Amino acid sequence: MSGQALDPTTAPKFQVAAKALMGDSQLRKNVRHATNVIQAKRARVVQEMPDWQELRESGKQIRQHTMRHLDFYLEMFERNCTAAGGVVHWARNAEEARQIVVGLVKASGANGVSPTEVIKIKSMTTEEIQLNKALEAAGIHAYETDLAELIIQLGHDQPSHIVVPALHKNRSQIREIFKREMKLPGVDFSELGGTPQDLADAARKFLREKFLRVQTAVSGANFLVAETGGVCIVESEGNGRMCLTLPETLISVAGIDKVVPTFQDLEVLLQLLPRSATGERMNPYNSIWTGVDKAPSGGDGPRAFHVVLMDNARTEILADEESRQTLHCIRCGACQNACPVYQQTGGHAYGSVYAGPIGAILTPQLMEMHHAQSLPYASSLCGACYEVCPVKINIPEVLIHLRNKVVKQQSSGFNILANPEVMALKAVAKVFQSEAVFRVSQKMGRLAELPLSRKDGQGVGWIDWLPGMLGGWTQVRDLRVMPKQTFREWFEERAKTAPGRRSGDKAGEGGKNGH
Amino acid sequence: MRVSLFITCYNDTLFPETGKAVVRVLERLGHTVDFPAGQTCCGQMHWNTGYQDEAMPLLQRFVDQFRDSEAVVSPSTSCIAMMKDHYPLMAERLKDEKLKAEVAELLPRVWEFSQFLTQKLGLEDVGAYYPHRVTYHASCHGLRSLHLGDGPQRLLRAVRGIDLVEIENLEQCCGFGGTFAIKNAEVSSAMLSEKIRGVLNTRAEAVTGCDNSCLMHIGGGLHRERTGVRPVHLAEILASEEGDGL
Repeated sequence: MSGQALDPTTAPKFQVAAKALMGDSQLRKNVRHATNVIQAKRARVVQEMPDWQELRESGKQIRQHTMRHLDFYLEMFERNCTAAGGVVHWARNAEEARQIVVGLVKASGANGVSPTEVIKIKSMTTEEIQLNKALEAAGIHAYETDLAELIIQLGHDQPSHIVVPALHKNRSQIREIFKREMKLPGVDFSELGGTPQDLADAARKFLREKFLRVQTAVSGANFLVAETGGVCIVESEGNGRMCLTLPETLISVAGIDKVVPTFQDLEVLLQLLPRSATGERMNPYNSIWTGVDKAPSGGDGPRAFHVVLMDNARTEILADEESRQTLHCIRCGACQNACPVYQQTGGHAYGSVYAGPIGAILTPQLMEMHHAQSLPYASSLCGACYEVCPVKINIPEVLIHLRNKVVKQQSSGFNILANPEVMALKAVAKVFQSEAVFRVSQKMGRLAELPLSRKDGQGVGWIDWLPGMLGGWTQVRDLRVMPKQTFREWFEERAKTAPGRRSGDKAGEGGKNGH
Repeated sequence: MRVSLFITCYNDTLFPETGKAVVRVLERLGHTVDFPAGQTCCGQMHWNTGYQDEAMPLLQRFVDQFRDSEAVVSPSTSCIAMMKDHYPLMAERLKDEKLKAEVAELLPRVWEFSQFLTQKLGLEDVGAYYPHRVTYHASCHGLRSLHLGDGPQRLLRAVRGIDLVEIENLEQCCGFGGTFAIKNAEVSSAMLSEKIRGVLNTRAEAVTGCDNSCLMHIGGGLHRERTGVRPVHLAEILASEEGDGL
């Protein structure tokens, strides 16, 4: 994957991207290995919780309640954050959010000098709005300080997982990236070793220098606490804590869906999140900061603190009764690890920073259904995502709802004529609405498939080639031809020959499987 | 008991032997089987592919055909899951109070075949004989929607002569997913390939399950590779008896 940002407005269809990525056996091995490891860890720490299902239900209730009263809690957050010395900004969309952040960074310099660098905490929301590109265009370089995001940034790559963005890379690939791309005056990374310790040491050296020098930080947020005006971030490395405490200015960008009503709600969510995300009982670093330290002597933390509350289509999602549960997501990534489709393709196939099942429902909605229409179909509806979701988002249900939206667009006006699938499925629907038509269609089907049938050694007909889009089936699978008699024909014939029979003496020789 | 069989469209057309086997098992257990002739399809394919409007009339048809049934039994986990998961919602959306009440009244009498045997009738041994090495595939809808648990395996363990071996990736989707297998053929194929590896590793002669759509998918792959392993619906195993010449 090149440095090209994951952009749903220009990304190829899922099928096309998936096909390309599935040719990369190293990537598939990395993704498979990483998702298996995280899944196993998650399973262990979930099984030890006797009240896991109740906890999930609580999480769902908290999220549902918050979304139902989102305006109320957002305003409460704004009041309390402002009272604590923070400055709250509102952004309707990605463009506004980018402008606000760029403006704030420029204004954050000492003695009227605009900074040319910021340090960043891992944030999918800033990835969503392609903030780094906008900062770069304004002459500001953003250093990613999360280890995985650093790997992505140095490798000119894109995140493929919402929790573990560099999950598609293995250790030796990471070492090569570090050797090639890490530049620090007075330090030579070209002889870098390959152990986890070596790689962590290199990242530490590289990042420490940024932490001590750069005075403006940009973060996302895991949760916004309405009751206190506090912002919460959980992480594994402590690099986020560095960004939160060392710089003079901190700018946090958060989707409006990140708000929770009370501090106590974190009790539930901070149990669900780490166990689901990384298979840990608790995140190693849990930071909650509320405004700024206003002591005249100057306490810890930033002097200036800004929160950018961004809508970017979230209110559109909220307005849709059937799919608003999408906003309940707490970005744990458990659905990605559990998804057999994601496991095959990795995250880049989804053409969005939000990959996997949650990406398949979130991305098209963030695009207001104008882009990413192949994503709702990137699922076999197996339900593994719903099973692991810590806040019980019924992802298959939402996928089906979004498919309906796609079909409605494709069937409107003249669009239908360009779409053989829509016409075929509408025709089949008519068949099922009449028993007589259904019977005739079954007979016609038997005739239609005759030219395609090839008999095997047992005299059973098989089809190994089908035309058009049906050819997807025969790519790797055969299809047995229709038996000469349908079940209903057999049942009626049997009733005629032996009316009122009820014993099962050799009813159709069911045991022979008919093959 | 008088049992009404909902055969489902694809079993009717492609897998009549499964329907015959259901009839055979139920009659052997002393029940009467009827077949409401106006039945066609539950609407699953249309609903799941996004054609909600097209699926709607099939709800009314199903209710019309089965409202007087004492018990409705169907050998398809995904079709039963379609009904249990979506019919109440569909009736709600149609804003049809009468239909809504009828759906609520009828659904508790609708059973997936293995569930009918284990939960409604409380049976495990249905007098079957099947002297083959078999592995069971837990279809996603049976597993995560109907919560069949180990019900089908308990039925299989009680079959005389069977050598039941568990597949390594029991809970993993086979990659069928209805139109997914066609729309996302590449990914579906990769998922199937893993499932087939699991089946082959068991050295089973037959792979069984409670849903012929998954079995058609797995079986289609097994046949393409000329593995000699055959798909066989659970009902067909349970219908088999000594003297069938197996």
